[in-house]
Amino acid sequence: MDLIAHLPALQVIVPMLSAPIIVLLQPRGLAWAGATLAAVVSFAISIALAVAVLGGETQTYSMGGWAAPFGIALSVGGLSALVLLVVTGAAAIALLAARPSIDQQIELERQPMFYSAWLLGLAGLAGIVVSADAFNIFVFMEISSLASYVLIAGGPDRRALLAVFKYLIMGTIGATFYLIGVGLIYMMTGTLNLADMESRIGEVAQTRPVLVAAGFITIGLALKAAVFPLHVWLPNAYTQAPHMITVFLAACATKVSIYVLIRFDYMVFQPTMAEHDNQFALFLMPLALLGILVASAVAMFEGNIKRLLGTSSVAQIGYIMLGASFISLAGVEASVMHIFNHALAKGGLFLAVACIAFRYSDLRIQELGGVAKTMPFSCAALVLCGLSLIGVPGTAGFISKWLLITASLQSGPWGWVFVAVILVSSLMAVVYIWRIVESLYFGGSTNRDSVISEAPLQLLVITWIAALANLYFGFFPELPLALADNAADVLMGYGK
Amino acid sequence: MKLLELLGYYNYWVFAIALVIGLYAVISKTNLIKKLIGLSIFQSAVFLMYITMDKVEGGTAPIIKAGVEDQIYSNPLPQVLILTAIVVGVSTLALGLAIVVRVNERYGTIEESEILESD
Repeated sequence: MDLIAHLPALQVIVPMLSAPIIVLLQPRGLAWAGATLAAVVSFAISIALAVAVLGGETQTYSMGGWAAPFGIALSVGGLSALVLLVVTGAAAIALLAARPSIDQQIELERQPMFYSAWLLGLAGLAGIVVSADAFNIFVFMEISSLASYVLIAGGPDRRALLAVFKYLIMGTIGATFYLIGVGLIYMMTGTLNLADMESRIGEVAQTRPVLVAAGFITIGLALKAAVFPLHVWLPNAYTQAPHMITVFLAACATKVSIYVLIRFDYMVFQPTMAEHDNQFALFLMPLALLGILVASAVAMFEGNIKRLLGTSSVAQIGYIMLGASFISLAGVEASVMHIFNHALAKGGLFLAVACIAFRYSDLRIQELGGVAKTMPFSCAALVLCGLSLIGVPGTAGFISKWLLITASLQSGPWGWVFVAVILVSSLMAVVYIWRIVESLYFGGSTNRDSVISEAPLQLLVITWIAALANLYFGFFPELPLALADNAADVLMGYGK
Repeated sequence: MKLLELLGYYNYWVFAIALVIGLYAVISKTNLIKKLIGLSIFQSAVFLMYITMDKVEGGTAPIIKAGVEDQIYSNPLPQVLILTAIVVGVSTLALGLAIVVRVNERYGTIEESEILESD
């Protein structure tokens, strides 16, 4: 039996079947160990998948042995493999580090349920990525959303409940919009399989239901992906979630929706609908640019460190959308690379914040003055990931910013405007990261308690692994670059 | 003729109107329960759309019987899909209501304006 062929299915099944088992693991620590094991195995599967598709081929799997247009197909290509690495990597890293922080924030008897919901969230996100069936994507999207509502509602503050309620309303509207779009396409083409859809949609491409469907799907997924101005649920949800959940969700949840948006649009609509690429670009590019500028500007004035980083995520999503809206090989490659690199930088930043939050519960920036004196290692990791977020050469963030600037310059006579926007917002990123650094290192530290020491070793070591990954992928970006290259080829239709 | 054509889309009119009523309730109501009711109407409208599109005129339930040939069947797939979507809708609603219960426990109210004032 060839195990590689079954990996796309196992990617979903491992976390999904582990979830109910973990509910039963009541004794202290076992639930955490079980969940971590499942996440690490998923991560290993996604590495194996990434290696398998590195040459440019696609791994497909027919559920239950039913052939593609009739049965549900799973398929993993370069793009999916990269997003899978991000999703399972974020889950594995966050879970490995999670125990001290979760012990502090979630009551012991509720922990097995909590870890189980976490694995369901992971299964849902991985399911979205491997699935090649439009309706299956909807189902997995709802699995992951329901799980993440539960996870965020676990936050200790009562405001978490309000944040989650808002997220639930917005998320459900987004998913339902997507469902309407899929229904309309099914009405016109009679298929749910993405590849089949592409080949059948051509003859009905200019009918009104398909046009409406393209609109519903784009808006619905943009809502899920927190594309400006549909992002209002995001900063509160990230701020109020338990710290380790913020690490996990910030690194991968919105990226997966962007992945579906890009994949749906490039694979189904653009090859078949005349002028669709222009409409897509004209609709998303202004939103991306506004998102980059407005969210970066807002982040400069946020008081709470988690809220600040959450708002900055909206700007980063703007970068990803900007690259995608160039409709060029270089643009898509930059966009896909930024999905990977932003996950590294933001995941690392939130891990460092979780370290700090372990000792200091008040995360307002002015309350964190002089923390670097008691927690030098956590703060250094935060600075390193912050540099990557800004895009300083030598860090992972630089690679994708560089690719994005190159793609902007190639995009035509208005390229310099995009470059200017990227540079201005990078400067704003310098400002908001500096505000944190200034407070941590040079803030008033008169009343700092000297008994407070570093974060627990487990948390700290993982944080540093994430921080060093930012450096590593800054110097050796070959693996994500190869996958992004492959993804851009396939999406732009050159790889077929 | 024009009127008949419009009436022929009766189900789709109901879908569109229910969809917008639901969305309006979600946006305009400040009571959290009423928001969830709006969300439910919004989702049910989509169920109606799926159910409507699978109906084939003169079609019957897709059960193949020996001896019956060239019978027209309605398309079963959208029904299966929407069964799944109904399950998703019910779980979302249940989770939403659970959150409202918790909100009521922690804040003592489910009016959005009063909640925002108390924080």
